[in-house]
Amino acid sequence: MGTVAAAVADASVIPVQAPASAPGRRADIAAALRDSASVGLGLVPLGLAFGVVATHAGLPWWCAVLFTSLIYAGSLEFLLVPLVVAAVPLATVALTAFLVNVRHVFYSLSFPLHRVNGRLAKAYSTFAMTDEAYALSTADSARDWPGRRIVWLQVLLQLYWVLGATVGALLSTLIPGGLNGLDFAMTALFTVLALDALRDRRGDLPTPVLAVLSALIARWLFPGQFLLAAFVVFTAGLMVRRLVAGVAARGSADA
Amino acid sequence: MPDAGYLFAAAGVAAAVTWALRALPFAALNALRSSAIVRDLSARTPAGVMVILLCYCLRDLPVTHPARLLAPLVALAVTVAVHLWRRSALLSIVGGTVVYVVLVNAVHLR
Repeated sequence: MGTVAAAVADASVIPVQAPASAPGRRADIAAALRDSASVGLGLVPLGLAFGVVATHAGLPWWCAVLFTSLIYAGSLEFLLVPLVVAAVPLATVALTAFLVNVRHVFYSLSFPLHRVNGRLAKAYSTFAMTDEAYALSTADSARDWPGRRIVWLQVLLQLYWVLGATVGALLSTLIPGGLNGLDFAMTALFTVLALDALRDRRGDLPTPVLAVLSALIARWLFPGQFLLAAFVVFTAGLMVRRLVAGVAARGSADA
Repeated sequence: MPDAGYLFAAAGVAAAVTWALRALPFAALNALRSSAIVRDLSARTPAGVMVILLCYCLRDLPVTHPARLLAPLVALAVTVAVHLWRRSALLSIVGGTVVYVVLVNAVHLR
């Protein structure tokens, strides 16, 4: 954890950027286009899949546009499709949004928002702080990116996502029946995100084991509130683990 | 099917919660940074949440029907293998999804 704190402290000494000139803006957009290429190419097919899945589930095509432009949190959007089709209470929607996106709270510790200038740009930058935007703008190669380049990157990433979903939704209204099984894109998405997150925690076996145990407990005991139950058990487990580790450390210090 | 008013309300609620989670912590950054518990949770929660969400996607696996397990398990294995091999999120997601779509549509393994 010391390295994260050091990186944050280090990033904060980078001087505030001067206002953008026109050529500077073009350079920022060009750079953002290059930065967004790798991840962005993934957002288009995933957005297509989302559009097809949402329409296939019975939602109107514009719902895919509404979700991707207003909510703009891909994993939550996929999870919401079956929930809104079942017309669950809005409180359940809020709770699901909280559970799926609470991880973003921790992104604020290292996301370089202090480099983004202007109230509007800051507001948009937090709104569009997706996993992908966070991953790209906190990478080592992004240490000297000005705020404008980060915001343009975020605009482009959202553009790919919304356009993909819109095209997917419109296409699937043209082809009734469509393709079964595109909803596996969500499973594949979480598989990839889990693998990447676990790679960052190499050597920390208790975390994934605790997560799987929490999921199994939730599945068998609280199938109707799977996400809430799993997340509560997981967080409680982390707390207990901390307490036990703290007691053990104090015990060895006393000895 | 839910009406348009409900869909807008649901999207609005989800958007408000999501944006609050993304924006509000910046206002409490110093308190967050100085808390050892928050730092510890911030290191472990992302991986744990992703594993839980993956389990959530797989929660309705038909464990009592081995034939219907084939498509999801093969597609999952392909996703993991491609990702460990190339480390490209795009390739892994598209690869796994294409395998699944082909299996359930062409081979009728659903």
